[in-house]
Amino acid sequence: MIRARLIWRKSLNAVMLTLTGVAAFAVVSVLFLILGYLVINGGRSLNWDFFTQLPKPVGETGGGMANAIVGSLKLLFLAAIFGLPIGLIGGVYLAEFGGKTFSFITRYTADLLNGVPSIVIGIFAYALFVLPVKHFSTFAGGVALAIMVIPITLRSTEEFLRAVPNNLREGSMALGASKWRTIASVILPAARGGIITGMLLALARVAGETAPLLFTAFGNRFWSPGWNQPISSLPRMIYDYAISPYDDWHRQAWAAGLVLLGLVLIANIGTRLVLSRGGGGRSA
Amino acid sequence: MEQAVPPKAGPRAFVKRLRNGDEIAHLITLVFASSILLITSALVYELWVNSRLARVQFGFGFFAKTIWDPISGDFGAAPFIYGTLVTAIVSLAIALPLGLAAAIFLAELAPRKLSDSIAFLIDLLAAVPSVIYGLLGIFIVVPLMRTTVGPALIHTVGRVPVIGKFFKGPNYGVGFLTAGVVLAIMIVPFIISVSREVLLTVPREQREAALGLGSTRWEATWKVVVPWARTGIMGSVFLALARALGETMAVTMVIGNDPKIAASLFAPGYTIAAVIANEFSEATGNLYLAALIELGLVLFLMTFILNGLARILIVATDRGGGHPA
Repeated sequence: MIRARLIWRKSLNAVMLTLTGVAAFAVVSVLFLILGYLVINGGRSLNWDFFTQLPKPVGETGGGMANAIVGSLKLLFLAAIFGLPIGLIGGVYLAEFGGKTFSFITRYTADLLNGVPSIVIGIFAYALFVLPVKHFSTFAGGVALAIMVIPITLRSTEEFLRAVPNNLREGSMALGASKWRTIASVILPAARGGIITGMLLALARVAGETAPLLFTAFGNRFWSPGWNQPISSLPRMIYDYAISPYDDWHRQAWAAGLVLLGLVLIANIGTRLVLSRGGGGRSA
Repeated sequence: MEQAVPPKAGPRAFVKRLRNGDEIAHLITLVFASSILLITSALVYELWVNSRLARVQFGFGFFAKTIWDPISGDFGAAPFIYGTLVTAIVSLAIALPLGLAAAIFLAELAPRKLSDSIAFLIDLLAAVPSVIYGLLGIFIVVPLMRTTVGPALIHTVGRVPVIGKFFKGPNYGVGFLTAGVVLAIMIVPFIISVSREVLLTVPREQREAALGLGSTRWEATWKVVVPWARTGIMGSVFLALARALGETMAVTMVIGNDPKIAASLFAPGYTIAAVIANEFSEATGNLYLAALIELGLVLFLMTFILNGLARILIVATDRGGGHPA
């Protein structure tokens, strides 16, 4: 009786532990499946035209997504110049100046804002920048992305500033430097690596966003000069081409997917490797 | 700072502090940090104000009505709320066991190095853009569902009495189940990485005590470690659920975009995020737009509440784990 119970417990142990391992490897294999499909399907249709040509009209095969690549870069540029400084300086406040209650509220709100669905951020940017002027624009799309960049940068900056050892602060203050002097010339440089990593990860995250651009930057099959007209982006093109009925467009959607995923993964792998080597809180 | 200044020397000390810049730096950074609060309140305000037309017209009936008719200007949110909840529940039903098991493996069994490398790959999985999941969903998961998985389920689970109801009817490949599967793949990394962190904070003594009493490794994990980390795991589930509710592109591409309430998981449906993505830029008329924005408000509130709960739960276990009770 006891023996049977023991055998049951031991086999349950073996089965369940094996299953946990299987689960872990199953999830990881999804990443390689995604990569594999994109490399096979995308690699076949990726060519020089993809990077240099405009999209061809419906019915003609060929063409590329040069305008969408430039569009994504322009949108990311806007997201960076609006989003990164606000996140950075706000993060300095939370780590170096913040009191208790207000910092807690800000931090909590930042986490909640980070969790707001990107499509809702799109509605917000639409209400602020599209509705009053009655037309879609690069600017509105860039700001929508910037709103998503701010909370990510804020939290990562704060985290890396907190990782800077306190003796650096004390040493600088003991030399007679004021607090802001200490922050600007000692603390920020010490946390530089980590802060930049956080910023790159934030940009990599919004680079793949489609939903907030649908009705802010909208999309465009041609070049979009300036900042005040609708503009295309890589994720938007992938979406449009994937749901289209044309085989040639499907091929190009795979190619665009490969390019986008490649960029996002390279940014992620690169920065995370730098971080794990201890570039985070170390002074140069 | 303030109390150190004797009253008489007030103005001069203030000028001194201004001159060394600390007060100015404090104020400037404070303004930037406050922008988070400003943006969030502005977000709520804009959603509230711009949905006014629909709120006034339909009241609370908006949530119960199943009609979505842009031509006659009659809008109800029920099919979208239903679709959002059903896809989220399906995805959680798949992702929770899978994610928890993987997290247990990473935290309890795998050697630290292997665990860290797998966690790294899973973080990468979380970084894959939503539209790429949609692309693979359309071209890989949908055909697979139509030709292989769907028929197999109809012939097996579809014959079981009670739950069979959910696995019947025509199978188009697109629908609640497909969307749920794609969502599950997307949220599983969040469940794994948060649960793993939480499991790693469980004190060593807890495991040792259980093993010392003669439990097997699995019993120690399932009956001692997991219950200890329960709150944090719940937090990770809420976090994942909030993500699933708000996920837009991948779902839009595989759910079939049909505003109907159907018991069958094979039926095409619609979610809040998907209808906003599809119809927002083509919405004609202010009422139509206001109805879509009200849907956005509903989605915002759902995810806001879930995320709020999730953060509290995760913070609570972090503290609990620090002091073995």
